[in-house]
This record gives sequence, C-alpha cells and structure tokens, in this order.
Amino acid sequence: MTSSIESIETVEHDVIVVGAGGAGLRAAIEVSAQGLSVGLVCKSLLGKAHTVMAEGGVAAALANVDPEDGWQTHFRDTMNGGKKLNNWRMAQLHAQEAPDRVKELERWGAVFDRTKDGKILQRAFGGHKWKRLCHVGDRTGLEMIRTLQDRGVHQGIKVYMECTITKLLKDGDKIAGALGYYREDGRLILFKTKAVVLASGGVGKIYSITSNSWEYTADGQSLAYEAGAELIDMEFVQFHPTGMVWPPGVRGLLVTEGVRGEGGLLTNNKGERFMFKYLPESTRHEFAADEKEAKEWIDAAIAGQKTTARRPPELSTRDNVARAIYTEVKEGRGSPHGGVFLDISYQDSDRVRKKLPSMYHQFKELADVDITAGPMEVGPTCHYIMGGIKVDADTAQSKVPGLFAAGEVAGGMHGANRLGGNSLSDLVVFGRRAGLGASEYAKGLSAMPKFKDSDVQAAIDELDAPLNRTEGPNPYDLHKKMNEIMSAHVGIFREASEMKTGVEKVRELKKEIAKVRVGGGKKYNPGWHLCRDLKNLIVAAEAVAISALSREESRGAHSRLDFPNLEDEKWGHVNTTLSKDGDNMKLEHKQLPEMPDDLKKLFENK
Amino acid sequence: MSEHKAKEATLKVYRGDGKEGKFETYKVPMEAGMVVLDAIHYIQANYAPELAVRWNCKAAKCGSCSAEVNGHPSLMCKTRMDHFEDGEEIVVQPIKTFPLIKDLVTDVSWNYRVNEKIKPFTPDESDTKEWVIYQEDIERVQEFRKCIECFLCQNVCHVLRDHEKKDGNEQFMGPRFLVRAAGLEMHPKDTADRLEYLKEEGHIGYCNITKCCTEVCPEEIHITDNAIIPLKERVVDEYYDPLGKMIKGIFGGGKKK
Repeated sequence: MTSSIESIETVEHDVIVVGAGGAGLRAAIEVSAQGLSVGLVCKSLLGKAHTVMAEGGVAAALANVDPEDGWQTHFRDTMNGGKKLNNWRMAQLHAQEAPDRVKELERWGAVFDRTKDGKILQRAFGGHKWKRLCHVGDRTGLEMIRTLQDRGVHQGIKVYMECTITKLLKDGDKIAGALGYYREDGRLILFKTKAVVLASGGVGKIYSITSNSWEYTADGQSLAYEAGAELIDMEFVQFHPTGMVWPPGVRGLLVTEGVRGEGGLLTNNKGERFMFKYLPESTRHEFAADEKEAKEWIDAAIAGQKTTARRPPELSTRDNVARAIYTEVKEGRGSPHGGVFLDISYQDSDRVRKKLPSMYHQFKELADVDITAGPMEVGPTCHYIMGGIKVDADTAQSKVPGLFAAGEVAGGMHGANRLGGNSLSDLVVFGRRAGLGASEYAKGLSAMPKFKDSDVQAAIDELDAPLNRTEGPNPYDLHKKMNEIMSAHVGIFREASEMKTGVEKVRELKKEIAKVRVGGGKKYNPGWHLCRDLKNLIVAAEAVAISALSREESRGAHSRLDFPNLEDEKWGHVNTTLSKDGDNMKLEHKQLPEMPDDLKKLFENK
Repeated sequence: MSEHKAKEATLKVYRGDGKEGKFETYKVPMEAGMVVLDAIHYIQANYAPELAVRWNCKAAKCGSCSAEVNGHPSLMCKTRMDHFEDGEEIVVQPIKTFPLIKDLVTDVSWNYRVNEKIKPFTPDESDTKEWVIYQEDIERVQEFRKCIECFLCQNVCHVLRDHEKKDGNEQFMGPRFLVRAAGLEMHPKDTADRLEYLKEEGHIGYCNITKCCTEVCPEEIHITDNAIIPLKERVVDEYYDPLGKMIKGIFGGGKKK
C-alpha cells in the first residue's frame, strides 16, 4: 500500500499553520491580515481544539477590578510563578500585550462577563496578585476559539480539517513544505510553503491521568525536533491540582481553578484547610494568615468590594497545590476515592451555578455530585507542558529558518511553572507574533523553496508501514504501556533510580513502536492514526524523562525527592536543551538570557 | 451509583460506510460512572482498532462525539451506561442527517459552509472608546454563545433530517446557525443587518417551531423560544408589517432593535 508522489494533491501557501486552537487561529488571522496566503491545518474539526476546554479565564492586566494592577506586576507574578526560569523577554511581551489582545477579542465579538460599571470582569487566580482573569463563566476557551474561528473564516483563511501533518520538508536548512494525510480516507496532501507556524499544543497523552484529549500527542515538538529545532525545559510538566478523581471514566478531567478563584476551599478527610501549611516562605506574606482573613477576602470578592484582607491559601501556584494534595493523600488524609475535598457549596447555590455552570453540569451528570450541596473530590492531573520548542521571543522563530512556534508547543514563556490564565493570553500574544514573524520571513524569500521527492517518499513509506506489516504489537497496548511507564517513573515526585528505569523502559518501548502494526484500511482508521501519534509521543516521553533526570534540583513543577531544594547557584540560570544528533537525543544545559537591570528592579523588596 | 458493578453491557455498534454496513455486537465490562464513549473506546482498544469515532474533550465541551444512542441523539461522552436497564442492548449509530464517512463518523462539513455565509460581527469602526456593556444586556447573547457545535439540533431538525433542505435555492440554515445569527443580531455593539439573509437564503420560514432542536441541546440553550422566535418576529416586522415600516420611516427607527 504505497502512493506515488505525482498523484498527491499539492497545494501552495505562503505560510502553513499547524493547529487550530487559539494560537494557530490567531497566527493564521495575522498572516492573512498581512496580505499573504495561509493554510490552517488541524487534526480535528475546526473549533474543537483543546482551547475549548480552557475554563477559568485569560490573564491580562486591564486593572478593571483591581486598579493597582499593571503589566509590571503581571510580569513579576509570571516570573515568580515560573521560578525565574522563564525567558524574560517573552514574559515581558506577554504581560505588556495581553490587554490589547483581550480588547481585540472583544472587538471581534467575544462577549466577556462584565463588571457593574460595564467593563470586562476579572477574577482571582492562583499566583496572580490582583484579580486579572477576564472570563465568560467557566467557558472562556470556547468563547475565544469561537470568536477567532468566526473572524478567521471571513478573512480568507483556507482550512484543512481533520488533516494530520507527519513531516516537515526542507530545502537545505530552510522550511520548504509539509506532508500530511486526511483522517477521512488517508489520502495524502503536500504543502509547498515558505514558512510553517507550529501551534499544535502539548504532550499530555504521555500520561494516563491527564486533562488532555487524544490530540495532545506531541506532534509539533516531534516535527520540530526531527527538523533540527531545539526543545527546552521538557522536564517541566504541569500537574493541575484539581482533576476529577471519580468515577474512573472521568479520572483526570479538569476542574477549573476558577472554583478556587471564586472562593472554593480545599480540605482533607479531617476537615483541615491544609493549604495554610504548604505555602512557601517566599510568598507566604501575600496570603491570608488564617481562615478568618481568608473569609474576609472571599466575602469582599463576592460583594465586589475592596478589602485589605489577603488571598486564601488555595490560590497558591499550581505546583504547590498539586504537591500539597498529593502529599495529603499519600499520608492518609485523602478523600474516599484518593483525592481531597474542594468545596464551594457553602456559597449561594444560584451564584455557584451562574459562576461555574459547566462545573455544575460536569459533576451532576458524570459523578452524581451536586456541587451546590456538597464538596467535589479532586486530585492532580497532567495538564500542560511548560517546555517546548525554543523560539526567539519577538518573532517566535525556532533555530530552523522558516519554522515558527506559538502556544503550548513553544517553550520559555512559562519557565518552571505556568500560572493559570497565562495560557490563553500566551496563545493570542504569541499566536499574533508568530503570524507576523512568519509573514515577514515569507515576504523576505524571493522564491518558493523546494523540497526533495526522496524526502517525501521516505515520509510516505514511514506512514504506510504499520498497515503493511503482517505482525507487530497493537498501538493501543503500546500507548497504555507508555502511560504506565511515565506515570510510574516520571510523575509528580521524581527520583534518580526511578527515572533511570523510566528512561530505559522508554527506549525499549521506542523499539517496539518501530514495529507497530494495525489492521484495516486507510479510511478513518483511528488505530492507524494512533500508530503515527505514538512516533511523536515517544519523542516527548524520552525528552521529559531525560530532561527530568538531568536537573538535580526541585524547581516549580519539577519535584525531586533526592534533590528537594531550589539550587539557584547551579541550576537557576540554565535551560535543559535537547536536539537531534543522529539517532540520539543530545542534552545540554544552556545559559538563560540575562534580564536587563530595569526589569531586575521590579523584584527588589517584593 | 454502585461502585462494584462487575457486569457486562451489550453494545450494538453500526459498522460500515455510506454504501454498506451492519450492526456488530460487542460485550463490554461495566465500570462505575462509565459513559457510552468509554465503551466505544474499550471496543477500539480490545476488539476493533479501526472503529471510527470522533471525540476530543470527553467532557461535553467540544461537541465532537454526537451519535444516536438507542435512537436518541446524544453526546456519547455524557450518556451514562448505568442509565440503561440491566441487560438492555445499547444501540449506537451515527447521526442520520449528514452523509456517513465510516462507522460513527459523518461528514458535517455542510455546516461549516453555511456558517461562512452569515455576515460576521460588525461593530461601528468609528466607536474607538473602551466599550461599556452591561451584563443584563448580554445575558441572552451569552446563552447563544454556549453552543458547542455538536450539530445535534441540525440532526433532529425535520426540515434537514426528513425534507433534506440542505442544497440549492431551498437551503435551510438550521437551528445551530439561527442561534449564531441571533447571537450576532442581539449583540449590543453589532450594526449589521441579517434579516434579508435569514428570510431569503437561510429560509427561517421553514422552521415551524416543533422545538425538537431545543429538546436535544446538551447546553440547554432555549433555541426555539429565545433565538428562532425572536428572529422570526424581526423578519415579520421588517417584511410583513407595512404600518410598522411606515412609522419607522417617519421617525427614523434604526434597522436594529
């Protein structure tokens, strides 16, 4: 079962965008606005990308609710949340430009919740000093993706739906095209292009308990790595503290941080508000000293009033809260199904239903729990990867000329831990910048670059191989095996001997994946699609495992039992950097860019 | 919900394409809280890796996994297995209104083409000041914007399902896109006029308010009462109310209400 290159549908665009979530859509809109031809390629139907699952809000220092807010504070919160491993320039651009991007969404038709005086309403979230998250109940991502989708389709963007890119093609060192296949019938499509923007999201399907959908299979990370780009910070995987833990079919499904933003309380099976004891010394002063002060803050937030009371401890950063919950459960203070309790039921029922409508329905319909009447059970779930393709902050270009990346697939912006709400803003800030960067690059090329037919043929042979084999392992079994390895050996808490075993097992699994076999034809065959996804996932699994093993300290989302402290001297200024070296993954620790003095001043006396 | 239900469920799943197909029977072990999509995934992983199904979020937020379960148009990710009687056969088949690709996957691209025809959000470009919009003025629009585009409303609408008014001069845009149009028409900052389109091309008049769409909406949007009927009223006011039109002409009433 092979195809000849001449018979393949071939299309030409100035820029190809891979992925149609918030970042991809925003990038494509920008390319189109620059007067260039753009093709937007997505694995699912348009409007179904992972952005729809983002719930709590988009962070932008509009200062509509807390007038003290400004980009400097947002920048500082982001860097502190990321344990200063962030690319400072990305964090700066993000904080400065997020307000304009949110206002732009409003001008394009997004209907955000409002303050009493008719401005965009903002809510509190973990790690953000002020109320900063613009939102629409708990379905902010849906609002964003629909707004961008509707804007995009009226702007002449050509959309290739249910189409998977399997290979980036080059002319020398430059991007020249991409090969993809349609899920519907497996027919191939060749893109000739000057530039590619990867906006394909994360890697969450390497773990078993995850809030991520089937799409999160590290496609962009793997395509870029194969094409010669560098990956950074892959050890930093965010485990969201609050996923559903029961029933089994929904284990890992996200429970928005908005619950805590609206005053949700975390307790263990003894009824203790345990987060008070897990606050790190460095930020303890920003949080309420006791339950009384926390209650004053919540009461004021509900009434829309100012208060001098400080935030409740539940609003600590995600890495802290996830570790706290994990520890409570491990030490025997968990809920019946292995989580802890998250309770918002003490508030007025109508308010809860209005502020958190999809959480209300999610628990009611899937777990028989009425969140207005009793607590939810929650525990950590794999949610996001801070690491990704190394890019230039201003243009979003990777090391490979013509290859750009934005959103979760790019690394650097969030450092060692991402703050909630900073992802949706990242998508639109750097989606736009990547679109602009790719457009300028494409305009600078005098002719369309040319790829080699032999590269196309090799990519086709690789894609067809699982269907042509007469024997070999089942892709679903291999995927399950990968999930088990990563969860057991490179989970929330890590330790050298465990991770060494993990790395060995991942490398063994890689050999098995090379032999995977599936039956059936090419017509909408999810088993065959999974064979392709596994090739990407294994790159991410190895990257996460070896990066985690190499960083001998605990920082943000990377928690080492054998190296429990933050080691600024040795590790505070380097990114773990991976690149392809023949069949091996080369690992280096490279210096972070140095923050200029005017920005350093923002961290003094704080 | 019992936690120790070591039972088996029997699923009959449609297998085939637009040309030929049949129902295949599968036995799936029940787990507490299981939904139909879990059962389909079990079948994929254990019996039929090539079984075609669309899904993404598994949380009723993306609207990808629409199917007809025991004849009822549903999202498979929120249809609980323990809602069926013990021993009841669970029949899963693709939504009927759109052409079948394979197994449970249909070609819904028609919907995207209809969407492109609706005039987009059009604010007054000269209004450059920060917008002041009050919550009470957007409650209704926010209800419409909850739509997750599962197309179940399009699937049950008899104008599309039985009368197949999908092509040519008689195309009916369907409940989903009447909801989208209503969200734009009722947005306080929109200035475009879509009434002629709704009447002449979207054929809003074909809807005879049987409310089938409202009944299946997983987001509980009051499609008929809150979106379609008010739009029908606007169309009627515009085209069939000479007195109202005359008054508007004299007093300079805006085209948008």
